[in-house]
Amino acid sequence: MLLVLLVTSFIVFGMMYLAPGSPLAFVLGPRGGTPEQVAAVTAQYHFDDPFFVRYFRWLGDIFQGNLGSSIVYRQDVTALMSGRIGTTAALVSLSAVLIAVVGVGSGMLAALKSRWVDTIISTIAAIGLSTPVFVIGVALISVFAVGLGWFPTFGVGSGGLDTLVHLILPAIALAVASAAYLARITKAAVNEERTREHVQTAKVRGLAPGVIVRRHVLRNALIPITTVMGLTVATLIAGAVVVENVFALDGLGSLLVRAILQRDFAVVQAVILVLVVAFVVVNAVVDFLYTVIDPRIALGSRQ
Amino acid sequence: MSEALLALDNVRAVLHTRHQSQALLNGVSFSIAKGEALGLVGESGSGKSLTTRAITRMLDPAFEVSGSITFDGAPVLSMTPSELRSYRSMDIGMIFQDPRAHVNPVHTVGDFLTEELVRNRGLTRDEVEHRAVALLDEVGVRYPERRLTQYPHELSGGMLQRVMIASVLLAEPRLILADEPTTALDVTAQSDVMAILDEQRRARGLSLLFITHDLELAAACCDRLAVMYAGEIVEQGAHVYESPGHPYTIELLGARPSIDERLDRLPVLRYNRDIHEQLKAEA
Repeated sequence: MLLVLLVTSFIVFGMMYLAPGSPLAFVLGPRGGTPEQVAAVTAQYHFDDPFFVRYFRWLGDIFQGNLGSSIVYRQDVTALMSGRIGTTAALVSLSAVLIAVVGVGSGMLAALKSRWVDTIISTIAAIGLSTPVFVIGVALISVFAVGLGWFPTFGVGSGGLDTLVHLILPAIALAVASAAYLARITKAAVNEERTREHVQTAKVRGLAPGVIVRRHVLRNALIPITTVMGLTVATLIAGAVVVENVFALDGLGSLLVRAILQRDFAVVQAVILVLVVAFVVVNAVVDFLYTVIDPRIALGSRQ
Repeated sequence: MSEALLALDNVRAVLHTRHQSQALLNGVSFSIAKGEALGLVGESGSGKSLTTRAITRMLDPAFEVSGSITFDGAPVLSMTPSELRSYRSMDIGMIFQDPRAHVNPVHTVGDFLTEELVRNRGLTRDEVEHRAVALLDEVGVRYPERRLTQYPHELSGGMLQRVMIASVLLAEPRLILADEPTTALDVTAQSDVMAILDEQRRARGLSLLFITHDLELAAACCDRLAVMYAGEIVEQGAHVYESPGHPYTIELLGARPSIDERLDRLPVLRYNRDIHEQLKAEA
């Protein structure tokens, strides 16, 4: 896991190094500066040092909790991010909850109820899955925020319940496609588990249908569901970039987009690194959950 | 014959698909008395497992089942869902071929053993565990207490089949249905498991429907044999093994490998559907 982080940090740093365009142009303005100014800025930000020297200095700083400072905002990256990380985290978790509840719930209904329920849910899921996030976002805004006026159109509100209300539409926009996908996976997993031999054993022992569904079908279907849920939450972190822009939320995603446009290296590197860490942590949590759900899987198993 | 515990009379199972309807059980009739063991033998696809599925009402809804199946006088085919649950839970016990697939891998052996009695009969888990430990010991599972906390994948196939047998005995059924209970096990485990099943059944006076390919095994541990072919029982009785009367049974018994003489090729059964139909027409 540490190795993964180290490798990604290197790639993140290297990519920015290779990207065209120089932060110098932004710092000094469109007309450029005098040679003395160029030299001063270059020296200040160590632009001239060899790649590895800069990489290891950056890495060393990170270990000391210093993510560098933004060229554009002239502010510590840590300070820049700390205000926004909460917004993104709240958005992603709210949306993850929505995905889990709606996705697993509707997938189960589709698998266990009548054919009609299945057809309706599968149709909605297909639509949800094939509509781009920004379209859903704009549609939600125009219907529920502008049209019905139930929700605010943009911003994060003033904390607490207000923030929750502000985040509901963005979270839904972010959740739709993944919830639809999870519903499909849940339906397939439940249908597959239902035909397993051990479910027949449970049935022939005279267990109640509810017990069979809970203890033998759903319980075992959790394995594929958890896999997809983990991957989904990880992609949400990236999906948040789009949604934050559509809903004008001041989160990590919108910060990242602006930083890229402005060649604000330190910010881009730091934000991406945070996203990667989140991704790795989510995956580690999923790996751990596997061992809880499926006793045949052991962490660090040598098999 | 003494009073029948289970009786099948002219049971037919017709599979309806979109294009055709095919009768896979074609008038099966037999009965099992209390304490009696009946061996049901026949080639693959002859309808042996289908018969147990009909008895347990586990056939796919695509099958149309007719005829009558009675258990201790109660008509099985017309049971309501709750009657069916109590019949499955109290009266019959089913042992499957592959214990690995038929025991849920995510629950412990203890969960598996106690689940049914705790949920259906309101016993406490401690009580059931106590009995389960004693039973596991009886069916030859060593360290029974420890097994309860283990998962199915930690046990060998033979051990798991013993657990399966214990789970059936635990429910104290009156009839055990064993669908090739030893086929998935290796040879040494096979004889052990079969001996245990036979011994426990006799000790408790339970009836048994034993399904197998193994004619000798069936003859050794069953009171009567019934031979199935193409969804029908062609011959049944206590005499079948020693003095078969039906051409199919004669050929089947003739096709067994023998220790005494070594053959390059085993005889191939010439009996087929045409001969079968012809014989039926003549009869």
